[in-house]
Amino acid sequence: MELIVEGIREALARLVALDPDLLDAASASLAISGTATALSVVTGVPLGAALGLGRFRGRGLLLTLANTGMGFPPVVVGLVVAVLIWRSGPFGQLEWFCTRQAMIAAQYLLAAPTVIGLTAVAVQSLDPMLRVQLRSLGATPTQIIWILVREARLPIITAAMAGFGAVISEIGASLMVGCNIKGDTRILTTAIVLEASKGEFGAAFALSFVLLALIFAVNAVTTWAQQRQRAP
Amino acid sequence: MSILEARDLSVARGRHVVATVERLAVEPGETLAILGPNGAGKTSLLLALATLLPISGTLLFHGGPIDDGLGFRRRTAVVFQRPLLLDRSVRENAALGLALRGVGRDERERRADEALARLGVGHLARRSARTISGGEAQRVSIARALAVRPEVLFLDEPFAALDAPTRETLIADLARVLRQDGVATVLVTHDRDEALSLADRVAVIIRGTLRQTDGADAVFAMPVDPEVAAFVGVENVLPAKVRALTEDLTMLAVGDHVVEVTALPPEGDDFPLLLIRPDDIVVARGTQPSSARNAFPGRIVRLEPIGRRVRVVLDCGFPLVAHVTVQSSREMGLAPGDEVVASFKATVPHLLARHRGGGRPR
Repeated sequence: MELIVEGIREALARLVALDPDLLDAASASLAISGTATALSVVTGVPLGAALGLGRFRGRGLLLTLANTGMGFPPVVVGLVVAVLIWRSGPFGQLEWFCTRQAMIAAQYLLAAPTVIGLTAVAVQSLDPMLRVQLRSLGATPTQIIWILVREARLPIITAAMAGFGAVISEIGASLMVGCNIKGDTRILTTAIVLEASKGEFGAAFALSFVLLALIFAVNAVTTWAQQRQRAP
Repeated sequence: MSILEARDLSVARGRHVVATVERLAVEPGETLAILGPNGAGKTSLLLALATLLPISGTLLFHGGPIDDGLGFRRRTAVVFQRPLLLDRSVRENAALGLALRGVGRDERERRADEALARLGVGHLARRSARTISGGEAQRVSIARALAVRPEVLFLDEPFAALDAPTRETLIADLARVLRQDGVATVLVTHDRDEALSLADRVAVIIRGTLRQTDGADAVFAMPVDPEVAAFVGVENVLPAKVRALTEDLTMLAVGDHVVEVTALPPEGDDFPLLLIRPDDIVVARGTQPSSARNAFPGRIVRLEPIGRRVRVVLDCGFPLVAHVTVQSSREMGLAPGDEVVASFKATVPHLLARHRGGGRPR
């Protein structure tokens, strides 16, 4: 119990003093997970909409893959990305190993299936006659997809939130491809593991508070945006 | 030249052909009602005419084949049974068709506001479409269609989901707008009153086949076969036998009675069907002097309220159904078992060949 109280006291001290290591890890987490989530939204929403609205061969398989991807273990994704960008791997010439790019790639692979899968469900839950109505009004296929995605924006915001939540909290993939380099690829989760393994519970608690606060803040903003849309 | 014409059209849903049309034309400025029971294929036919379903056959627009479906759809508009509004403001919804056509913001807002005002919902322009009533939403949906100034307007049972008072006022407003604009309109409905209120011509579709296309009055007065007759509300379809033909009248035996009609029987058919609309039969307490050539004493078998009217089922030696107003029924104190007299004029009945084809005008 004493250990916990001591840890919390140290955490508060570090937060008040704006500990530079803590701020570095927080900004790295936000930059890497934010970029990975943004990329997964930019690519995943159109893909999810196409999967939800399209009728083509292999659609069922792709939807199954997206749904399966939502449950991918981060360490497995990290392992796959590590093998791909390893010096002798197919993308070795990129020299991404132990870089933020590698972490973004791994986190993208974790977030994208969630965004794709939930977007597909979101557009499928719209009234099917809406598509017929839009066609009758002279909409092109691209216009139809754009309008339906906009119409399903609330569940799509939820999909983005779920994607961000999944990657900001993960550790396995980031640790495996980012190497936890201080001031560069060290993010909140990998820093927490490191500090805890050294017995520095105060530092680990401080990092955890910041991580929780970050998740809360991002979700608060998106929830506000979501509810603002819902209000008549 | 017809504005829209279908020739040898066949519409399939999956593997099933749901509607076939030998020829159906929509003339400029007219309202054509496609009337039929549920499941008759009328919505499929409308979607096919609007190029929203694949077809086999020929569809002509202003006399030419429709090669560019999108281009055609940008010159027409469809209103469905449900309003299908987007989660945006009423004004944005009304302007949607114009936005899709690339019309500039100012122009589309002006035209949307104008269309909303014509449908009586101009005051709702800034409201969210999610906060308006069903009747208002359907008005917005119609305004959205009219805002694009369509050359053909397709209406797919647009009043079916509305309550009776809302439906009646919307039908009246739409009739006024269509009259003003003179836009060619195809209305799909199963409601005879809607068809009569709005249509210049009526096409009756039953089990996927167009059975009769004619002026609205003609279809209701002279249906071409018993099924069309039943659907357009001709409840009295009686087998008859031609007894004699005079210069003015055809004498028909119906049961043990003689019915006099002015219509001629179908050529060479001595056993036609006698068709009488229930609204054309007068029910009275006793025989009164009148110009009606046909008066038959009978007994009321049962009374069935149908909206503002009462359906009176009579046994006059042959079955007969009459419609009277609730007021009349109340004032006459009609009750099952009462003895009454049913009468109708000789000009009222329509004669039909037992299998196909109508009687001849005298």
